[in-house]
Amino acid sequence: MTLLGAVWAWLTNSVHWQGSDGIPTRIAEHLWISGVSVFIALVVALPLGLLIGHTNRGALVTVSIMNVGRALPSLAFLAFALPASFALNLGLGFWPTVIALVPLAIPLMLVNTYAAIRGVDPDLVEAARGMGMRELEVLGKVEVPVALPLIIAGIRNAAVTVVATATLGALVAGGGLGRYIVDGLARQDYARLLAGAILVALLSITTEVAFAVIERLVVSPGLRLDRERLALPDAGGAR
Amino acid sequence: MTIQGEPLVRFDWIGNNLGLIGERLWEHIFLTVLAVGLGLAISFGLSLAIRWNGRLYLPITSIAGVLYTIPSLALFALLVPFTGLSILTAEIGLVSYTLLILTRNIVGGLEGVPADAREAAIGMGYTARQLLLRVELPLALPVIIAGVRVATVTTIGLVTVTALIGQGGLGQFILQGIQRFFYTPLVVGAVLSIALAIAADALLVGLQRAVAPWTAVKR
Repeated sequence: MTLLGAVWAWLTNSVHWQGSDGIPTRIAEHLWISGVSVFIALVVALPLGLLIGHTNRGALVTVSIMNVGRALPSLAFLAFALPASFALNLGLGFWPTVIALVPLAIPLMLVNTYAAIRGVDPDLVEAARGMGMRELEVLGKVEVPVALPLIIAGIRNAAVTVVATATLGALVAGGGLGRYIVDGLARQDYARLLAGAILVALLSITTEVAFAVIERLVVSPGLRLDRERLALPDAGGAR
Repeated sequence: MTIQGEPLVRFDWIGNNLGLIGERLWEHIFLTVLAVGLGLAISFGLSLAIRWNGRLYLPITSIAGVLYTIPSLALFALLVPFTGLSILTAEIGLVSYTLLILTRNIVGGLEGVPADAREAAIGMGYTARQLLLRVELPLALPVIIAGVRVATVTTIGLVTVTALIGQGGLGQFILQGIQRFFYTPLVVGAVLSIALAIAADALLVGLQRAVAPWTAVKR
């Protein structure tokens, strides 16, 4: 009870809501690192996934590599990102974290995008071609809208994983909410530690919910996923 | 800040620390096997409870699902004030993460048993227990082992994170490397944990083929 009281006191102490180590700053840092990483991953994975899904060329190789990528420990990504960042003279903090998060996110998006496009009913694609659509039109007007729920599910999965793993950025002197956890552990300051853990968990769950809302907004009502029936792999794995 | 000239791998360090590397590898395997084993036992209990009353499925998977969404570092951190920097903290977290996958696959596997097989067994006079042990479980094994594969690979990754709470097996090398900007242990820890995940997965695929040869055709 006293510990919970201490956490509550920590969270409600106005000192912790201002300055460079304040909660708003840490949340902003966390979202900034995650946002940049998700954006870069999106720019790489989405076109590639659409291309491979549409043409089915190089699919086996890419998906195999990506499946291995999905199985790698998140800490291993950070381990390789650190020397990479130094080699590129990008230093500590922000960049090594982003370099770790981007390859973590790409497989989650790419595999889903590919699978989503592949899963589009071939009759639909044929009908679109029969109507005289060009390849790009087939992709943009038929395949993508139909595949959208699964594509967004992949992005959501990647985003939640990135937000969760961005916590580890604190190990390489990055900002974000992981700071409270890493510093709390180092100083045996359990109020800080618990407050950080609670904030990280809340941010992850909020991200998950936010994407669920986005999905509802952009996906045609006729195409909404029936998750239970499809038994989605939702293969993000624990983070 | 740059680390100029530090090679990615110093082989003399590896040579001098072979004993320690073996120890950490063993610790990593131990933490993983313990977590998956306990997770399997608990999930099996939960699955039997769900079979007994189907209405338990939603609450059980929902709770496991929420646990699953919490980032591992946060979950470990939440436990530290109560259970300390101990193996218990690591295992509570690791086991929690296996529950969703395993329970879902055990329930799914049992549900996927063809009704004909079940009826034939009942017609032959099998008791409920015999039906479960001799017919349903063997037929559900491929799906269950598929779940164990995912849970094992995930757990091997998560064990590295427990280095932050003083456990971690190979993760300790990664953490040490990051903290000291010393690449060799970092590479050793990362490469070995990846190799371990791949080896464990291959081993379980082999097990799956051995206990359920009819699945080999499919994939």
